Amino acid sequence: MTERRPVLAVIGAGPAGLAAALAAASRGVRVVLVDSAPSVGGQFYRQPVPGPGARRSQMLAHQRRTWDRLRAGLDVHLTAGRVTHLSDRHVWCVERESGRFVVHALLGPAQEESAAVRADAVLLATGGYEKVLPFPGWTLPGVVTAGGAQALSKGGLSLPGRVAVVAGSGPLLLPVATGLAAAGTRVVALIETAAPAAFARQARTWATTPVKLAEGAVHAARLLRRRTSVMSRHMVVEAHGEDRVESVTVTAVGADGRPAPGSERRIVCDLLAVGHGLLPHTDLAEGLGCRLDGASVRVDDEQRTDVPGVWAAGEATGIGGADLSLAEGHIAGRSAAARLTGTAPDPRGWARAARTRTRLRTFFAALESAYGEPPARWPEQVTDDTVVCRCEEVTAGAVREAVAELGAGDLRTVKLLTRAGMGWCQGRVCEPGVAGVAGCALAPARRLLARPVPLGVLAAPADPTPPQ
Amino acid sequence: MVVGAGTVGAACALYAARAGLEVILVDRGPVAGGTTGAGEGNLLVSDKEPGPELRLALLSLRLWQELARDGLARAFEYEAKGGLVVASTPDALASLTDLAAGQRAAGVDAVPVDAHELRDLEPHLAAGLAGGMLYPQDAQVMPALAAAHLVRASGARLETGRTVTRILRGPDGAVRGVRTDRGDLRAPAVVNAAGTWGGDVAALAGVALPVLPRRGFVLVTEPLPPRVRHKVYAADYVADVASDSAALQTSPVVEGTAAGPVLVGASRERVGFDRSFSLPAVRALAAGATRLFPFLEHVRAMRAYAGFRPYMPDHLPAVGPDPRVPGLFHACGHEGAGIGLATGTGLLIAQCLAGGSPELDLSPLRPDRFDDPGHPDRHTEEAAPWIR
Ligand SMILES: Cc1cc2nc3c(=O)[nH]c(=O)nc-3n(C[C@H](O)[C@H](O)[C@H](O)COP(=O)(O)OP(=O)(O)OC[C@H]3O[C@@H](n4cnc5c(N)ncnc54)[C@H](O)[C@@H]3O)c2cc1C
Ligand SMILES: Cc1cc2nc3c(=O)[nH]c(=O)nc-3n(C[C@H](O)[C@H](O)[C@H](O)COP(=O)(O)OP(=O)(O)OC[C@H]3O[C@@H](n4cnc5c(N)ncnc54)[C@H](O)[C@@H]3O)c2cc1C
Repeated sequence: MTERRPVLAVIGAGPAGLAAALAAASRGVRVVLVDSAPSVGGQFYRQPVPGPGARRSQMLAHQRRTWDRLRAGLDVHLTAGRVTHLSDRHVWCVERESGRFVVHALLGPAQEESAAVRADAVLLATGGYEKVLPFPGWTLPGVVTAGGAQALSKGGLSLPGRVAVVAGSGPLLLPVATGLAAAGTRVVALIETAAPAAFARQARTWATTPVKLAEGAVHAARLLRRRTSVMSRHMVVEAHGEDRVESVTVTAVGADGRPAPGSERRIVCDLLAVGHGLLPHTDLAEGLGCRLDGASVRVDDEQRTDVPGVWAAGEATGIGGADLSLAEGHIAGRSAAARLTGTAPDPRGWARAARTRTRLRTFFAALESAYGEPPARWPEQVTDDTVVCRCEEVTAGAVREAVAELGAGDLRTVKLLTRAGMGWCQGRVCEPGVAGVAGCALAPARRLLARPVPLGVLAAPADPTPPQ
Repeated sequence: MVVGAGTVGAACALYAARAGLEVILVDRGPVAGGTTGAGEGNLLVSDKEPGPELRLALLSLRLWQELARDGLARAFEYEAKGGLVVASTPDALASLTDLAAGQRAAGVDAVPVDAHELRDLEPHLAAGLAGGMLYPQDAQVMPALAAAHLVRASGARLETGRTVTRILRGPDGAVRGVRTDRGDLRAPAVVNAAGTWGGDVAALAGVALPVLPRRGFVLVTEPLPPRVRHKVYAADYVADVASDSAALQTSPVVEGTAAGPVLVGASRERVGFDRSFSLPAVRALAAGATRLFPFLEHVRAMRAYAGFRPYMPDHLPAVGPDPRVPGLFHACGHEGAGIGLATGTGLLIAQCLAGGSPELDLSPLRPDRFDDPGHPDRHTEEAAPWIR
């Protein structure tokens, strides 16, 4: 009888998960790659929906080369049976079971049936989700998140507007504007809260950093220069329209973080894409009891969490772009393989990836402080009648009352006293906004179920099947 | 001075203020940031055996009703919906009937329900049940809102974000106030309403109070149109061969809420303060709920959350003055019933504070009862059959 190969379950098939899967599968480990999407790629390598009218993917040359390498490597392992890709699996819980793990996932798209896989270790590569902040008019049709707009334009789907404004903060706005423009939308303005100096420094940093990402920045800048007015140190304070967005009010941001008096202007548009960066997905990690660092899963140099047998990589451990996710995934995959096969992990083997990781983490930390934050006083623009939690229809006024008059003092008690964050999205959309309006810190939400699960499934989850 | 702004501390503040005392309410976090914000708001008499806890529950329910009548019903979502306990076998029904007889003698309304009448009360209930018992007094509140609105109604001076680090005592040993991380607060009487952390606060005054955490999970479903009308749970007859005792075991309470979601809770485990997810606990909740209401199989749980009930070895709270420290009062350790028992606890504490005699006999709840070497529960851990 041959010895059983140890099994590593990699959750998330974006850049981090793919890099991890390849690294581990090449080193004697059986990998089960679980992802909720129909195909691999994650946020970044999201594949256009095939079919007539599908647009050409907007990946840049170097990105396409990396993607082709990942794809080819994966195909080799899939054929050899070293990697199994389980698509359309929404993981709702990872269970610890006497030193091993059971990954429970609902089968998509209906998510009514559950399947389970047993593994010796798990690697969380679940990426991030978008940070959304409320403002008057943000619930109008035609107002979308930056990532949503990006997904639509990448997916070759029809966009909900022809004339777009892209607004917010953080390094994702450029690629989003580029994507929209390439998909045939007229991007009339890019509204950015960072100061012009920071913005220019940013473009320069991106161009001089060895990070391949810089290509994208240069590319975007070129594209945008043609027909988009870039307004730095500005913000959208309101979206107007009857049945859908028809225009937005934009103001300059004064030194005090408030709108500069007299600087308002209206811009006509029928699509507003707003984004304030990403937040790490930590639900599964929290269910496992992994320690967090702020909003991210805490990991050591080998990308191990503090729970034995659990690794994490990519955006789940902090925001930093696709290349950082690749580097972290690679390290995590190698470390897991070494530990699972009983060999001592050798950091010299992944020295290059570690250098990339250090450089990109430093780079993004600087980026975040120079560039990532919305204006400090943005909550003041949120009028009392603005709905801040859409699922439960809670207004900013109700949140303020809970704090001022009922003794709420953190996100959890605000939620308990107002129901903000208790609906379908479980606060994934509204938490940053509610925290801002309440004036309290954005604490991790502890969503122990990563997905809504039918009680029948919870009562009798499927038994784990051995990987095929 | 009340330490702890959970439901119990809030009720102490309210009744103390009504008794004419000046009240300061201090908490290291916000209002309802402790177990109050992590549990459910069942106000039950149905699950209590005759004895001191049931007497406290009956008093508390009456007070909750009064508060609701005084105009707070909407504010804390009070609903007098009644509880329905069902039995799946004739044996279970027989012991339920026995229990109800004792409860009735203690002042509880308990109305037998025949098997064929169950569906009139709860149309979506599973088929084949042996019968049940309707408890019209069972009610519910939204715990966090209850705490917040009781605090507001008390008019107490609220000091949130202040951690009590010491109980100050004079040369005679009597309490003089508390030290907090942001300065001293003076008061001749201190009420320990620190819930699961009540043992730590007692230790700050140099006395032992064995309050321990017991974890519980609650499941919350997606919002539904109203389908579950009462608080429904199953009473199952369990013959424990080993201990030669026959106990009645209960399954999780299933109930609809005003906002739409159905709540299923709660599990009970002694695992310290471990917050990580426990699939076996949640699985048991889901299984119990779907056995009672088969339609729930296809309804999604949106979230699961955990809290830590404050329990004491004999499953009774500590309520009343501490004879070891003049001026120190305890109001903690209510385990899985602290919301239900909060109002009675608050009133009794206020009566003690005001120097009168409390309207219930507090001796079974004496805070120093575990000092007595002869106390039967001094060393026992798990005694009560109630696993909800
Ligand atoms: C609008 C936008 C533009 C961007 N532009 C750029 C750019 O130009 N350059 C750049 O470098 N980066 C860019 N990024 C960032 C880039 O997308 C991320 O850095 C990268 O995708 C992170 O990789 P990851 O593997 O950590 O996570 P992801 O790519 O997010 O992959 C995570 C995967 O996990 C899956 N998953 C999550 N939870 C579960 C679960 N419970 N069950 C099953 N599967 C699950 C998801 O479906 C997803 O496939 C952009 C991001 C956005 C949103
Ligand atoms: C899952 C679950 C379900 C439940 N269901 C029900 C139910 O249906 N019905 C029911 O009646 N009960 C239920 N309970 C039990 C109920 O929640 C508790 O008994 C009750 O909340 C206890 O309230 P409390 O005010 O004593 O404690 P808490 O609400 O915990 O308040 C104690 C407060 O003391 C503060 N504190 C602690 N130490 C200090 C310090 N040193 N300085 C300052 N402040 C301090 C804390 O911050 C906290 O706010 C349930 C519990 C759980 C976990």
